[in-house]
Amino acid sequence: MSAVASGAFPWLSLITALPLAGALAVLLLSRWHPSRARDLAVTVAAAALVLAAIIWHRFDSNSLGMQFQELHGWAPSLGVSYRLGIDGLGILMLMLTAIVVLMSFAASWANSKQGPVYFALVLLLEAGLFGTFTALNFVHWFLFWELSLIPAFFLVRLWGGKKSAQASTQFFLYTMVGSVALLLAFLAIFLAVGSFDFIALTSFAQAGQLSATLARHFGPGGAKLLFWAAFFGFAVKTPVVPFHTWLPATYAEAPSETTMLLTGAMSKMGIYGLLRILLPIFPEQMHRALTLLLWLAIASIVLPAFAAWAQTDLKRTFAYSSINHLGYCVLGVCAVSKLTGADTNLATEKAAALTGVLLQAFSHALTAAALFWFLALLERRSGGIRGLNDFGGLRKAVPVFTGLMGIAIFCSLGLPGLSGFPGEFLILKGVFPLAPWAGSLSLLGLLVTAVFLLNAIQRVFWGPLNGRWAAMPDLTTAELLMLAPALALMLILGLYPQLIAGPVHATVMQWAGQVRF
Amino acid sequence: MLAPALSPTLAWTIYLSFLGALASLFAGNKRPQAARVIALLTALAGLAISISAVVQYRPGEVLTVARLPWIPQLGIEYHLAADGISLVLVLLTGIAATAGILFSWNIEHRTAEFFAFYLALIGGVYGVFLSFDLLLLFVFYEIAIIPKYFLIAIWGSSPRLGQKGHAGTLREYAAMKLALYSFAGSGLVLAGIIAAWVVGGQTMSLQALAHTSFSAHFQMGVFPLVFVGFAVLAGMWPFHTWAPGGHAAAPTGASMLLAGVVMKLGAYGCLRVAMMLFPRGLDPWGIHLLGLGSWRDVFALLGLIGIVYGASIALVQRDFKLVIGYSSVSHMGFALLGLMTLNQIGLDGAVFQMFSHGIIAGLLFAVVGRMVYDRTHTRDLNELAPMHLARAIPFAAVVFIFAAMASIGLPGSSGFIAEFQILIGVWRSLPQMAAVAGFGIVVGIAFTWRALTKAFFSSGPANAAEDPLAPITWPERLGAFLLLATTLAVGLYPRILTDLILPSLDSPLFEGLRTGAWR
Repeated sequence: MSAVASGAFPWLSLITALPLAGALAVLLLSRWHPSRARDLAVTVAAAALVLAAIIWHRFDSNSLGMQFQELHGWAPSLGVSYRLGIDGLGILMLMLTAIVVLMSFAASWANSKQGPVYFALVLLLEAGLFGTFTALNFVHWFLFWELSLIPAFFLVRLWGGKKSAQASTQFFLYTMVGSVALLLAFLAIFLAVGSFDFIALTSFAQAGQLSATLARHFGPGGAKLLFWAAFFGFAVKTPVVPFHTWLPATYAEAPSETTMLLTGAMSKMGIYGLLRILLPIFPEQMHRALTLLLWLAIASIVLPAFAAWAQTDLKRTFAYSSINHLGYCVLGVCAVSKLTGADTNLATEKAAALTGVLLQAFSHALTAAALFWFLALLERRSGGIRGLNDFGGLRKAVPVFTGLMGIAIFCSLGLPGLSGFPGEFLILKGVFPLAPWAGSLSLLGLLVTAVFLLNAIQRVFWGPLNGRWAAMPDLTTAELLMLAPALALMLILGLYPQLIAGPVHATVMQWAGQVRF
Repeated sequence: MLAPALSPTLAWTIYLSFLGALASLFAGNKRPQAARVIALLTALAGLAISISAVVQYRPGEVLTVARLPWIPQLGIEYHLAADGISLVLVLLTGIAATAGILFSWNIEHRTAEFFAFYLALIGGVYGVFLSFDLLLLFVFYEIAIIPKYFLIAIWGSSPRLGQKGHAGTLREYAAMKLALYSFAGSGLVLAGIIAAWVVGGQTMSLQALAHTSFSAHFQMGVFPLVFVGFAVLAGMWPFHTWAPGGHAAAPTGASMLLAGVVMKLGAYGCLRVAMMLFPRGLDPWGIHLLGLGSWRDVFALLGLIGIVYGASIALVQRDFKLVIGYSSVSHMGFALLGLMTLNQIGLDGAVFQMFSHGIIAGLLFAVVGRMVYDRTHTRDLNELAPMHLARAIPFAAVVFIFAAMASIGLPGSSGFIAEFQILIGVWRSLPQMAAVAGFGIVVGIAFTWRALTKAFFSSGPANAAEDPLAPITWPERLGAFLLLATTLAVGLYPRILTDLILPSLDSPLFEGLRTGAWR
C-alpha cells in the first residue's frame, strides 16, 4: 500500500467537485440566461474530461496500489474517513464516465425539450459517478452510490416516455432494495472487523481472517449470507439475470440521451463494485459459490441475447444486448475467483480475463452509448418511431447514418479490428482454461448476438425503402463531427487495445494474485 | 469526574418561552403581527441560547443550570441540568420551534392565543429536557399536554377527503385522544416515580436515584411501567394510535412540534428515566414466554413491529398528512429499537434518530400542511395528483424531494447516520432483527416515493381552469432552509452530535446501564 502523500494536489476531490459546482452554476445561471445553460453544462463536462485526461497522463501505470490518495478524518467514532484513491480500475472508470457524459450532451445537442434542470441533473449524476469511482471508504462510497440514483430517477421520470412513471419507480425501488442489502452487509462487516476502509478490508480478507471473524460474530453461515447480500446489491445495478427486470423498461422509457448515461456509465458501477469490493473482499465465498455464479453469468449472456432477438422496439433490443455484453464482464470476474493454487499459467489466464473485463467495460460504454445516440438521432428524424419493423431500406435515404451506425453495431458484435473484439476475446481466452464448460456455453450468446444484431441491420437498413422515410435527412455535418471522435476511438481501441491494457496492467496482475487464502 | 460546570443561561430557554407566551397574549388577537414577531424573537432567543450552550459544552460534563430547594422535606428540588443528550434535544427544540413559527406565519384566527399556546408548549418541552429532578420533569411533562390539546382542538383541521373516502379525523376527537393517551401514560410514569421515591430513600434527584441500587426484582416491576408510560408519547406500537390522527388534525406548526419534539419527550423519558434509573429491569427474566426472555426483547420487538407496521400503513394512505403521520410511527420505532440494542453505538443512533426525525418530520409536515394543504385545501393524494404540483409550486417539490431523501435515510442526510448506527447496534446485539429492520427501510422507501411521485410528479391530464396557487412566501423559504441545512449539516458532519452524545453515554449517570445489560 503506498503512503498517502500529504499536501499533494487533490485531483480526485477536484474532479468530483467540478460537476457538482457546475450543476449549481447551471441552475443559478438559468435564472438570467436560460438559453446558455447548455453551453455551460457542456463546458463543465469538457473540463471534466480534460481533468480526467490530466489524471490519466499523470497516472503511473507501473505502480501497484492506490494513487492520488487523499485522506482526512471525518467521523472517526463511526469508522468514516474521507479517503480517495484510484488504481487502474478507477482511472478507467473516470475516463469512461467523462467520455460518456460528453457523448450524451452531444447527442442532446438539438433537443429543445431539455432545459437547465436536465443539464444540472446530468452533471449531478456525473459527480455521483466520479465520487463512486474514487471513494475508498464504504460510507463515503455509498453516499455517492446513492447520490447518483436520484438524478437518474428524475431524468427518467421527467423526460421519459409515456410509461416512465412506472419504469422509473421500478428502477428506483429495485436499486434501493439492492442498496439496503449492501448497506446491511457492510454494517455487519464493520461490526465484526471495525473498518469501512476498502483497502483495510481487502488486506484483512487476503490474510484469510475475514471469514473466520465473520463466522465468530454471526455463526458459520454469516459470511456466506453477507456475501450474497453484497452480491445482490451489485447484481441489481449491473444487472445480472434474474435481477435485471427493471432494466428493459427503464432503458426504453428513458430519453435516449439518458439511456446513454445509464448503460454507458451507471451500469459500470456494478462492474466496479464486483471488482473493487466483491472479488478482493469475498474471494473465499466467491470461490465456494463458483458454479452458481458462473451459471448466473451464463444466463446473463445467453438469455438476454434471445430476448433481444424477440423485441420489436429497437431501444429494448439494445437494452437487452447491454445486459448480454456486461454478462461477459460478470463471467470474467466470477471465473477468476476460481482457486488455482500455485499454477502460474492459470494466473496468466486470470490476468488475461481481467484485462478483458476492463476492456469490455470500456468498449461497452463507448458502443452502447453510441448505439443509443444513433437511436436518439433516428427518433428525432422519425418523430419518436423506433419499431424494428417500422423502417426498411434506410440505407438508400440516409447512407452516411447507415454506415456509421453499422460500425457501432459491428463493434458491439465484436468484429475484430473494433473495440468490442479484444475484450470478449481476452475474457474467453481466460475463462476457457479456468472453466471450459462455462466458456463453451457462453459462445451460444455470441452466436445469438450476431443473429439479432444482423437481423436489426437487415430490417432497418436493407430491403426496399419504406416510402414514408424517403425524405429522411442524413447526418448533418455537426452531427458527423460530434460522432467522429467516438467512432474513431472504437477503431483505435480495436487496433491498439494496449492503450487501456497498459495502464491497468499493474492492477490486473495484483488482482490475479489475490485469489488465495 | 469533571468539575461541576455552571450554565445558568440555559434556564432562560424555559423562562423566555413562558414570558413570550404572556407577551403574545398581551399583544392580543387584534395585533397579529406583533404576536408573530414576539413569538419568532422568543424562539430565536431560545435557539441562540441552545447553540451557545452546545458550542461551549465540554464533552461528558453535566452542566448545572439551576439548583434550589423546592420541597426539602420530601427531597424535591428545583434542579435544572444538562448533559450532552439533553443538549442535543434542547438544540432540536430550538430549531423546530423557530421553523414551526415561520410555518405558522399565515395563522389569522386568534393569532395571539395560538402563539401563546405554542410558546407555552415549547417552554414545557425545554423544561422536560433540562430537568434533573423527577418531579420537576413530570410537572413540565404535564404542562406540555395542555397546550397540545388546545392547539389541535381550536386551530386543527378536519380533513375533507374525497366524497367516497372515509369521514376523516375530527379535530376535537384527535385532540381528546391525544390528551387521554398522554394522561394515561403519565399515570403509569407517576406510579413508577412514586415507587422509586418510596424505595429509593425519598429523593427525586435523577443523579441520586441513578446511583441508588434498587433490587433487581423492584426494577423489573417498575421499569415496564415507566417505559411504557413514556413510550406512549413516543408512538410505540400498539400505543401509537393517537399519533397519526393527532398529527394530521393539528395545524402545521403544531404537527411539526408534535412529531418533531413532543414524540421525543417520550423517547427521552424512556432513556433518561426508565433505562437510566432502572437498568436491571432489562435483565433476563430467567424464563422464556413466546421466545421473549426479558423486557428488552419485548420492547425491541414492539419497536420493530412499529417500524414495519407504520411503514406498511403509510404505504396505503390516501391522506397525504396521514402518510407522514404513520411515517413518524415507523421512524420512532427505529429510535426505540436503537434504545433496546443496549450498546453504545445503538444508543447513540437512537438519540441521533430523535434529533434527525425531529428535523425531517418537521420538514415533511411543513411541506404537506403549509405549502400544499394551505394552498390546495386538500390532502387527498388522488386529488393532488392532477394538480401537477411540481410545476405549480416547484419550491415545495424540491424541498419535499430533499425531505424524502432524508426520510428514507439516503447518505448525506441525518437520517442515514441515525439508521446506520442503529443498524450496527442491532447487528451487534439483536442480529436476528437486522433483516426485518432492513425490510422496514425498504417499505419506508416505497411509501415515501409513492407519496412523492403521486403528489408532485403525477403524469396524466391536468385539471383545467385551476386558480393559480399562491407563491411560496419568505417565512416558508427561511423555515425550509433552516431545516434542510440542519439535516445536511448533521448528515455530512455527524460529529456535531456524536461528540455530544457519546461522552454522555460514558458518564457515571449511565453506569448502571453499562454494567448491567450493556453489550
